[in-house]
Amino acid sequence: MNDLITVVDWSRWQFALTAMYHWLFVPLTLGLGVIVAVMESICVRRGMDGKWLSITKFWMRLFGINFALGVATGIILEFEFGTNWSNYSWFVGDIFGAPLAIEGIFAFFMESTFVAVMFFGWKRVSPRFHLAATWLTAIGATISALWILVANAWMQYPSGMTFNPDMMRNEMTDFWAVALSPVAINKFFHAVMSGWALAGVFVIGVSSWMLMRRRRVEFAVRSIKVAGWVGLVGIVLTAATGHGSAVEVSRTQPMKLAAMEGLWNGGHGQELVAFGILNPEKTFDNDVDPYLFKIGLPGALSVLARNDFNAFVPGINDVIAGRDFVGGKPLDTVAYTERMERGRAARAALAEYSVAVNHGNAEGAEAALKALRADYPYFGYGYYDSPADFIPPVAVTFYSFHIMVLAGGYLMAFIAVMLLLAYVRPMWLTNKWLCLLGMFSIAIVWICSQAGWVCAEVGRQPWVIQDLMPTRAAISALSVESVRLTFWLFAAVFTALLAAEASIMLRQISIHSKETEE
Amino acid sequence: MTLSFLQNYWWLLISVLGALLVMMLFVQGGQSMLFQARTAAHRSIIINSLGSKWELTFTTLVVFGGAFFASFPLFYSTSFGGAYWLWMLILSSFVLQAVSYEYRRKKGNLYGVGTYDIFLFINGCLGCILLGVAVGTMIWGAEFTVAKSNLLDPAAPVISTWDNPSRGLEAILSWRNLLLGFTILFLARVQGAIYMLDTTDGDREFQMMLRKRVLCSGVIFVTLFIIFAVVLLISPAYRVGALGHIEAIPYGFLDNLVTLWWAGVAFVVGTVLVLCGIAGVLVFKGFRHGAWYTGLGTVLVVMSLFWIIGYNGTAYYPSITDPESSLTIANSSSSIFTLTVMSYVSLAIPFVLAYIIYVWRAMSHKETEPASY
Repeated sequence: MNDLITVVDWSRWQFALTAMYHWLFVPLTLGLGVIVAVMESICVRRGMDGKWLSITKFWMRLFGINFALGVATGIILEFEFGTNWSNYSWFVGDIFGAPLAIEGIFAFFMESTFVAVMFFGWKRVSPRFHLAATWLTAIGATISALWILVANAWMQYPSGMTFNPDMMRNEMTDFWAVALSPVAINKFFHAVMSGWALAGVFVIGVSSWMLMRRRRVEFAVRSIKVAGWVGLVGIVLTAATGHGSAVEVSRTQPMKLAAMEGLWNGGHGQELVAFGILNPEKTFDNDVDPYLFKIGLPGALSVLARNDFNAFVPGINDVIAGRDFVGGKPLDTVAYTERMERGRAARAALAEYSVAVNHGNAEGAEAALKALRADYPYFGYGYYDSPADFIPPVAVTFYSFHIMVLAGGYLMAFIAVMLLLAYVRPMWLTNKWLCLLGMFSIAIVWICSQAGWVCAEVGRQPWVIQDLMPTRAAISALSVESVRLTFWLFAAVFTALLAAEASIMLRQISIHSKETEE
Repeated sequence: MTLSFLQNYWWLLISVLGALLVMMLFVQGGQSMLFQARTAAHRSIIINSLGSKWELTFTTLVVFGGAFFASFPLFYSTSFGGAYWLWMLILSSFVLQAVSYEYRRKKGNLYGVGTYDIFLFINGCLGCILLGVAVGTMIWGAEFTVAKSNLLDPAAPVISTWDNPSRGLEAILSWRNLLLGFTILFLARVQGAIYMLDTTDGDREFQMMLRKRVLCSGVIFVTLFIIFAVVLLISPAYRVGALGHIEAIPYGFLDNLVTLWWAGVAFVVGTVLVLCGIAGVLVFKGFRHGAWYTGLGTVLVVMSLFWIIGYNGTAYYPSITDPESSLTIANSSSSIFTLTVMSYVSLAIPFVLAYIIYVWRAMSHKETEPASY
């Protein structure tokens, strides 16, 4: 059992490592693809204008360098579902595999076909064909994001499926419920728009460096204008869908929302912690103050989660006790002690069903199946013995959420100011401190982006599939040594390749920023 | 559509994807010849010739994995979670490939052109051999047990367990798996050389080197392929018997090749096409379309291979330690609903192939710009 837990931990670390590295490159691909496509559209619209062609090729070069490593980390991620989470692959493969296959058929082939035209087609195809290829590459990347986020959203809000006790797995019954769940829609727009914002800040930051060095000033200002618009649209929609996501989390994963706020005891008109430091002494079984320090916005969490200034927002203790109110009336929720009992009952019913089927006892099988169906929504709770086991790491979830929100707020203001200046006071953009701020913002936007995923994924623990499968039951039967070794192997390889990518990018920026204006 | 029809349909699609993947391994075959090119200029020709195609091979591998996951998830969970090191080595080699084309000639790449060329060489050789080993386990079996009731045990809930502590490394040391691995490697080398003969012009010394590779690798490939075919056809196949139990059938694959006559025809026609492609290139210097012959032949042979290991009630992933745990297309597939949904999705595949071919032709017809890598 201890060995299993250790394998779970190392597998989680390995998956987190791969996902976080992958997410370093993917948002830039999503956003920079659009930015480059817009730039090339302007270029083509102006009769292959030399200046816009130069701008397009410059950013396309950086897109290509980044794209390669995104592809490299992506393949590991896809296959890790099988290598490290084999139980998961069977338990929900009937549902989860479909979005992955659709992603491959619709998105990966589109990306890989047209990205070749993007890089090698300048003199082989017509300008309009090339432009179409650039847009199709960006669209392919976005479609890819759609399906993987549909799959991820389904794990957080399983829908459109039923459990098949004969096969010991969940099976899809409604494709559209999986593909168009509100959680998936919000997650898709939130993640993709955050990619636009990230790429916008990246382009502004790199352009700021050029401006500080007084290199290709017109080039840099034009780049900031395009990136500013894409980034601004991205960050505004990220904020909007962030609110949508919070509403969905409140509905489907109230424990996660409580952890995001470090909220142990909820209430009506709940404040949002704008800034706070958690008390490390606070645990499930003591009553110490959860915060060492906090600045709260009265009623804001109620608005964020339930669109109502006076709405009740449950804390961790409320969720465990099954206490919630909507519109002032108690909501029919189930306490975690009861969920654990019903989870165990579901498992026992499944065992009885298997025995009955094996012995040809149709009546017994039917009775067991009926009992299983009644308690199956709590199946995963049967794996644990204490309500405390269902509390995600509060500190990591809390801080990652607040870093994301604070950084996101700063980035919205930053992009808006830079865009405004690019139109009304472009020479102010050469101010040394503003340029340094632009470069500094590149780091901020990546931290913000990573923090968002940490919040989403750590906050849903211990579930790999909400309420149905805990992470520890999703594992492959591997040795600790094997997973530990591959963790360090990937850590070394990805870090070495990231260093190469960063070095190449810096050299490319340096070399091509010295080119004269055409 | 019945579940049985959909399972067969999806095995057909898996065989098509697998066959396209092996055909597209000409990229890896070309990479494996990098250090046989005598000059840096020749290496650049190889890289530029393959550079706009590697993504398609890579994507085909990813889609092959995704389609397998969607249609036969029990294979995904059993093989990937069991033969851990085999798959990790395969994936690692493809990670190295993914960055090498883009980074090798870029200033500031930290490790130098030579390192990225070594990466490509490693992927070229290991990628082919290990994928062959993985397919070999689908023919000659692996050591695993599947017990779905394990899900009910909170202390050890894993359904598929690997019965060999080497976790896939033992499969790499199996001579039969290696035989298939090296057969695929030398087929890929032949195809890589023929593809480059078709797509590169001008340098006589380079063309001569390629012809030499076609000859040498071709002879080795044909030899290995004959041995592989004999070993395959005399091997037992695991098949679902009359009582529903899985049992070893002597000469089972040979029997399948005869029973599924269309697979036999595809196998023979494919083999002839590959041989014609190789012979055509070696005998006629003006023969410019050898890649079409070897490519189409490879697709037919690999598809027929998948058909005889998966159809006719045959276990396409036999368990050596517990034959009852062997995977067939009937006991390892997704539900009828998912397979139906995915079948509608699969109607887009011809459209996808059409635009790939269109773009491929558009990119091939005109002169290339100066080397990008």
